[in-house]
Amino acid sequence: MSTGYHVVVCGGIVPDPLQTLEPVTGPTGPGLKNEMMLPAVLDPWAGHALYEAAHLAKQAQGSKVWLVSLGPKAKLQQVMMTVAQKVPFELVVLDGPGGGFTESFEVAAVLAETIRTIPGLDRARLLLFGGWESASRGGGTTLQMIGEHLGIVDQFLGVDSLVVGGDGSLQILERVEVAKHQVSRCAGPPAVLGWATGNLPEPPNNPQVGMANMRAIMPALQKAKPAKVGAEGLTYARVSLPKQQRETRIVKDLPVDAIAREIIAWIATA
Amino acid sequence: METILVLLHTESEGSLARPALEAVGAARGLMEQLGGSSLVVGLVGGETQAAASTLGGCGAARLLAVSGAEFAQSRYATDAAAAEAICRAAGATVVIAPGTSRWLRALPGIAQRLNGRVDTHVTGIAAEQGAPAVSRWYYRQRMEASLTRTQRPWIILVDPGCHAPWQGAGGPLAPERLSVELPETCRRTTVTGLRAPAADQQTIRPDAELLFVAGAGWTKKQADGQVHGGEAANLILGFLRLTQASLGGSKSLVDLTGEGQAVLPFMTHLNQVGQTGATPRHPKGLATCCHGEEPHVVGWRFITERRAVNLDPNCGWARGKADVLYVADAFAVMQRVNALLAERAASPKA
Repeated sequence: MSTGYHVVVCGGIVPDPLQTLEPVTGPTGPGLKNEMMLPAVLDPWAGHALYEAAHLAKQAQGSKVWLVSLGPKAKLQQVMMTVAQKVPFELVVLDGPGGGFTESFEVAAVLAETIRTIPGLDRARLLLFGGWESASRGGGTTLQMIGEHLGIVDQFLGVDSLVVGGDGSLQILERVEVAKHQVSRCAGPPAVLGWATGNLPEPPNNPQVGMANMRAIMPALQKAKPAKVGAEGLTYARVSLPKQQRETRIVKDLPVDAIAREIIAWIATA
Repeated sequence: METILVLLHTESEGSLARPALEAVGAARGLMEQLGGSSLVVGLVGGETQAAASTLGGCGAARLLAVSGAEFAQSRYATDAAAAEAICRAAGATVVIAPGTSRWLRALPGIAQRLNGRVDTHVTGIAAEQGAPAVSRWYYRQRMEASLTRTQRPWIILVDPGCHAPWQGAGGPLAPERLSVELPETCRRTTVTGLRAPAADQQTIRPDAELLFVAGAGWTKKQADGQVHGGEAANLILGFLRLTQASLGGSKSLVDLTGEGQAVLPFMTHLNQVGQTGATPRHPKGLATCCHGEEPHVVGWRFITERRAVNLDPNCGWARGKADVLYVADAFAVMQRVNALLAERAASPKA
């Protein structure tokens, strides 16, 4: 009898958060200025999902982790040089646009189809992981749609903790309003978990893991299927940067007591 | 002509929370702008009668409800089944719902089931050229877009705090109760409860007037060459206690705590604001010891009045982003602030 979990992590790439972003409008709609030149990173919350997946796989013998990623192949290759050193996984690549202005409905369809065709994937043991939102579109909608495509109705969003019970059930903590966590018990896989930050720190780089991963990652990149993803029926009337430059009053050389009184007076005003 | 469904869920005691009433306000506003459109209310919850009786005057032509013990839980399978039934019964072309954790989890899947589309974190809805248009942010609140869609149904989840709540009178509007058969697969998950910090450790208060943002500077060596983590914790908690402000933290500070460095033990990732954290809405924000550029500054994108205390007059967190920057030692300033607040609390007439 097979044991362990088959964990599929959906995670794209996003511009490095330290980069300045500027929207531009091209023939296919909005995008980012010099998008292909911007350094990219694995989407932060998808990264947390990947680390949680690897942690779970380590605990449950017979488990396996796949990272399914949609993005420009060349950018994915750059990002994988770093990500591959973190935890063991098998990469599944879809070569296509990875920006924030694509349509999650279309992204979900191609990702679901790709997951369906992963060789050896046991959907009865499937845990579909991902970030609860991306740092690009930021919708938090793709995972649920993939879950629907795959017929999974046990879905969780904003997950910070997953604990496997002795009976195989899953205890899941999801972020809800007012800094609380909702505690749920799910009978077991298949399930969809959109991860928030979780509880694990970013794993240190491990060159041995990196070398083992890269042996499969390079072929995966080479045979990446092109994915046609757009935004049919969606029209962006405008995309703009916020105009939030403020005239900052710099207060220097004011005694601490005066600053404190000024702050208190400001807080007190309606 | 659109059929606008405002889809709400009740709270555990059967009432409607403020985000639900904001969604009603947004839906009514859109209906008024789109001539000839109609409004339908959908309710999901353990008990919906009390909520239904408050919505009679909202202008809805119909009120559809799915209720019962199975629908009291905030659970994907049952929420999705209820929402799907209501959307189909209403013949909705536009669905407006509050962006609560419950609906953010369930409704994107409904868009898939109905072959519709969904937009979350919507901050504005209006009619443009006779069709609905929404605005929302991309790249973690770093750019704003206005968009329209041709596909229907279009599910729109509005962020709390962006629309005025509907405040009309209740009245008679008989709910049409829908029966939803749940297969056994919908009962694989059970909600067992909520976990919350102890009352005295609750530092996140979404309704607070003030957001207090603590940066990693609180954990750095001070002028005497020592780290004053304990003092920092006392100053911050003291300020929160005296002002009932909500606490936010920069990523670097939250990460320090997460890595086991017990610098500010009450600071968790739930407090994090910025690029990979929350972007809370408060009328005022006071940032202390925060440093950084755009990725962190998005954390107070929706803070109306902003002030900052730190030692660097050129800090990217504050310059051009804050209204006032006090160039001073935050330890000294907050100690004095707390002392003055404590004095006032002790003698309220002063």
